[in-house]
Amino acid sequence: MQRRQRTQNGVIFVFLTILAVLYLAPMLIVFMNSFKGRFFISDAPFALPTAETFVALQNYFSGIAKTGFIRAFGYSLFITVFSVGTVVLFTAMTAWCITRVKSWVSSVLFYLLVYSMIVPFQMVMFTMSKMANLLRLDNPLGIIVLYLGFGAGLSVFIFSGFIKTIPREIEEAATIDGCNPIQTFFLIVLPVLRPVLITVTILNTMWIWNDYLLPYLVIGNTYKTIPIAVQYLQGGYGSRDMGAMMAMLVLAIVPIIIFYLTSQKYIVEGVVAGAVKG
Amino acid sequence: MERMPKKYYAFFVLPTALAFLIAFLIPFLFGIYLSFTEFSTVTNSRWVGPQNYLEVFAGNSSFRNAAIFTGKFAIVSVILVNLVAFGLALLLTRKIRGTDSFRTVFFMPNLIGGIVLGYIWQLIINGILLNYGVDITFSASYGFWGLVVLTTWQHAGYMMVIYIAAIQSIPVELREAARIDGANAWQELRNITVPLVMPAFTICTFLTLTDSFRLFDQNLSLTAGAPARASAMLALDIYTTFYGRVGSEGVGQAKAVLFFLFVGLIALGQLRITRPREVES
Repeated sequence: MQRRQRTQNGVIFVFLTILAVLYLAPMLIVFMNSFKGRFFISDAPFALPTAETFVALQNYFSGIAKTGFIRAFGYSLFITVFSVGTVVLFTAMTAWCITRVKSWVSSVLFYLLVYSMIVPFQMVMFTMSKMANLLRLDNPLGIIVLYLGFGAGLSVFIFSGFIKTIPREIEEAATIDGCNPIQTFFLIVLPVLRPVLITVTILNTMWIWNDYLLPYLVIGNTYKTIPIAVQYLQGGYGSRDMGAMMAMLVLAIVPIIIFYLTSQKYIVEGVVAGAVKG
Repeated sequence: MERMPKKYYAFFVLPTALAFLIAFLIPFLFGIYLSFTEFSTVTNSRWVGPQNYLEVFAGNSSFRNAAIFTGKFAIVSVILVNLVAFGLALLLTRKIRGTDSFRTVFFMPNLIGGIVLGYIWQLIINGILLNYGVDITFSASYGFWGLVVLTTWQHAGYMMVIYIAAIQSIPVELREAARIDGANAWQELRNITVPLVMPAFTICTFLTLTDSFRLFDQNLSLTAGAPARASAMLALDIYTTFYGRVGSEGVGQAKAVLFFLFVGLIALGQLRITRPREVES
């Protein structure tokens, strides 16, 4: 029995190793091609670079120049950090308030927010981007408002699911001790929300960092984020620079992998917690 | 805290509520209105009644093609993603060495954006098809299976961690009791693991189903709908209708409303079907 189990586990280990290699292969192939000359990629994507095809970092230089990648990285970072911060803070406040204060405003708002989660972006993409133009929200600062509005549903829903499980007594004690609601929220409630703050932060970061269509429609002409910069390289069919494309794909992936490997524990926990509540 | 003075209530709720109004509620309601009009900007809309909706299905409807393509894709990818994810979760809960590294690798593709994923797989798939002298834009079925492979690769790891959490939360005593009663591995899987993982199954099918229906970025970058619009899914078809040609915005908006109703009905319907099958341990 023992022995059979050990051979079985050995077979599974080998199987998983092969699968893991296959899983990583697409990314590795792109990485390898990013060092090949632009005309040697489409014809033989699986061939290793040779003396003839190897171009060192040339694709990276031309790709960065063509797409303005450095600026795109800056815009992506700025928009993601500030949008996620805004969404997390304001939706936590809203979720606490409408979960604790029972009134018709609270329940109407809650149901509208929850229902907004199933509405696909295409439903509002045209009218939302017109609205953004009208209100001058078509810049990296204004887009934060759009993310708060469009992302509020899921975040409020997750927060409020968690808040329902926190006993009210602590908050009541704080009120008796003379805290106003703002003090109660920031001093008492917010620290308790820590685990779910991480969940909401992770889910929103994954969404906003990779988001393409919303920023493309709202600010894409002037401010290219990373996904927009990559798509921009596509250009007209047939005319694109495959070398630059490979290099940009690598540059788009690397920050994510670094982020993932440094905060993997939180990401996986966040995904599980988010899914269970969502 | 059953009640709160108005000024505090406003402080907590107003920022989110205002943003929600601007970014979602007004655009949503206005979008429904615009679907009954003809327009190219928001200010020049002219009421045309249900005409846009009739046009959506008229003649050789790209929307109908996209709906069929999307439906097939959703069925195939929901099954594949969940089978692979559940299989991996079973293998990664057996305390095999390297489990953590495997989990790290399988989860990784999720974090990469859809646009980037599409171009990665375009390179790989075109590289393989090169041997047959064609590329992914040759036939819609290449685009279809390309998207299926891409989606399975991307989402299986995500669903896997949800299944792993569910499997690990099954009480050990249940398995031990089953083994003492002489259950074999298959019986244990069928009578203990699967029923107790049902809530996770509900969540994962819900997530994969709604994600498959809304898929856009991957579709845009992998094939952009080629050949012609044969591999365009609903979201891409709506986008192309809107921005491809001036004068069809009204039809685009009507498609968007129908798309919303589709996704909403499917999400609700799916929860109806799987929720009752869940059991508690």
